[in-house]
Amino acid sequence: MNAHPVPRDYTLDDFAGQTPLVEMRGINVAFGGVKAVNDVDCTLFPGEVVGLLGHNGAGKSTLIKVLSGAYHMNSGEIYIRGGKVNIQNARDAREYNVETIYQTLELADNLDAASNLFLGRELTTPVGALDDVKMEAETREVMGRLNPNFRKFSAPVSALSGGQRQSVAIARAVYFNAKILIMDEPTAALGVQETAMVADLIRKLKSEGIGIFLISHDIHDVFELADRLTVMKNGRLVGTVKTKDVSEDDVLGMIILGKYPEHLLEPVPA
Amino acid sequence: MADAADRPTDKTAAPAADTALDESGEPGLERQNAFSRALRAMEVDTRLLGMIAALLVIWIAFDLLTGGRFLTPRNLFNLSVQTASVAVMATGMVFVITARHIDLSVGSLLGVIAMVMGLLQAEILPEYLGFNHPLTWVITVAVGVAMGAVIGAMQGFVIGYLAVPAFIVTLGGLLVWRGAAWFVTEGRTVAPLDGTFMLFGGGVAGTLGEMLSWVVAVIAVAVIVYAALQDRRRRQIFQFPLKPVWAEWTNIGLLAVMVLGFTLVMNLYPVPQRAAQRIAEAEGIPIPPEGFDWMHGIAIPVVFVAIVAVIMTLVSKRTKFGRYVFAMGGNPQAAELSGIDTKKMTMLIFMVMGILCALSAVIASARLQSAANDLGTLDELRVIAAAVIGGTSLAGGVGTIYGAILGALVMQSLQSGMALVGVNTSLQSIVIGLVLVLAVYVDHIYRSRSSD
Repeated sequence: MNAHPVPRDYTLDDFAGQTPLVEMRGINVAFGGVKAVNDVDCTLFPGEVVGLLGHNGAGKSTLIKVLSGAYHMNSGEIYIRGGKVNIQNARDAREYNVETIYQTLELADNLDAASNLFLGRELTTPVGALDDVKMEAETREVMGRLNPNFRKFSAPVSALSGGQRQSVAIARAVYFNAKILIMDEPTAALGVQETAMVADLIRKLKSEGIGIFLISHDIHDVFELADRLTVMKNGRLVGTVKTKDVSEDDVLGMIILGKYPEHLLEPVPA
Repeated sequence: MADAADRPTDKTAAPAADTALDESGEPGLERQNAFSRALRAMEVDTRLLGMIAALLVIWIAFDLLTGGRFLTPRNLFNLSVQTASVAVMATGMVFVITARHIDLSVGSLLGVIAMVMGLLQAEILPEYLGFNHPLTWVITVAVGVAMGAVIGAMQGFVIGYLAVPAFIVTLGGLLVWRGAAWFVTEGRTVAPLDGTFMLFGGGVAGTLGEMLSWVVAVIAVAVIVYAALQDRRRRQIFQFPLKPVWAEWTNIGLLAVMVLGFTLVMNLYPVPQRAAQRIAEAEGIPIPPEGFDWMHGIAIPVVFVAIVAVIMTLVSKRTKFGRYVFAMGGNPQAAELSGIDTKKMTMLIFMVMGILCALSAVIASARLQSAANDLGTLDELRVIAAAVIGGTSLAGGVGTIYGAILGALVMQSLQSGMALVGVNTSLQSIVIGLVLVLAVYVDHIYRSRSSD
């Protein structure tokens, strides 16, 4: 399938001398005999958005779930801020400030925004009781930063719109100091304006120095937001490019045909 | 950008329509009348009002049908005592059902624990301590509670860690523990029970009496006022929106009136002369020539229910445990991904249920002053019905402790009322069965309306 070898990742030249926030090297994940992820490398630097693209079954979600602790890799190495890490489960990932926002927005619909934001990490009073007032205050603060028009603090999240729910999910990651944010199809369920709001949020987080892996089917979204694009096909890496160096057609070619853009093969454009 | 997102962009976002600036997410104020506006300011649960209304209708109807024999201090006292055992278990069932499980074994669990406690206090402990030793009831209750905790945890372990559905595990439990109850004494009923233990059943002696009832009522009112003001102060510090002051005081006032009113009614039920004399003799009080004017006051099992209700409410609202129960019911996957140990939670939920079954076993056997192996038969259905009538959703994630207690009271009111009217038992079952279905249907309608 993958006749030509993966080209040298020229996009790393811009980051010469910097330590990546995340570096995944030679990752392999197999389910039974199927190699879902086959010897894939990818990197993420602070303050950038890396779009992970590929068809369904290309292995992008599998790759990223290794980082979020949901799947185990068969071989490969993960470095976070230069140090080698061993992520066994979601809790380990959180220890390294990796937060994941799932496609299905894992929120408890019957609870309000504050309860969801702090779920599993509740603030308590000295006697060990839930400090709901404190949690609401913190929620109001962080939501005020992310989505200043959000007012429904006492309603269960089932009463919120898709965009509002998404901002609660993002607030959860932000509040707990995510340095590495994984967003799996963050706009899949949203309308046009809500998508715009989430895009805004992503830019805001980026400017705060957070590194974001953005997984999406929607090339337009990714083009607008991502600095670099890492494309996978059939479990293998097609290559990584800078968004500004490629057209949408180039990227479609990478996704569908697994073809690295000709003009980026040597010599590197000035 | 952000305010645009609060407006509907497609059908799925519609619930947010025109309420972007509205804290509670309900339709605009101008469309509502003064009454519902007042209710909203008071932040009263409209479901709760519906249940209280239903209860009042049932009470008044039975009072009319029985020619004024239903709403008497005596009948209400009996009603409160009869409700106690199911009410205690119903508070635990709220947790179980909210976490998307079910417990069909509670009646049998009550039976086997009551038998063991009966045997212990009537036949085993007297051998070492003598009859009516002051420690007998303490040891008995402690053993019962420990037994409930162990059996509950065992069932919870199988459900949580071994992933056998709760329905099956507790259906098995229903048969296992009922059978075990028989084996404790080979079917023999155990009596008499320990004198102090029997006070938990709320007989003539098992009440607080007039004076102590008032003391308890006043303390309860003080706690209500303190808790409400404390909560308000906390919200004030963070400058959150507050209820209007009048609404706060109306809520406090209504609760206080209910507590004091209940106490007054219980204090209007006189202790019969002969019973009073018996108690006086036992305690060495001289009998006054004009006889006794003792009143029952609040029954001890009702105090029990109140304490359990307060603790369970605090657990559900103010602890991580309670928060996780609701999170598990709302979205089990989200709970798991948030790092909640759902297996352990499941085990603990069933353990709490087991402990509450033990407390109900104390009340039920003390009330009958004996332990028989069929004690608690069909209680699982009463308990589940009470929780469900009280607004606990079988789909999980929704339920309140006070709702379950009110649900138990509604069920018991129907049953006692029909008995008082002289409806035969078969017809009673039919009515209660239909009411259960009706209650869940009404609840369904209510929820589907209030969710859009």
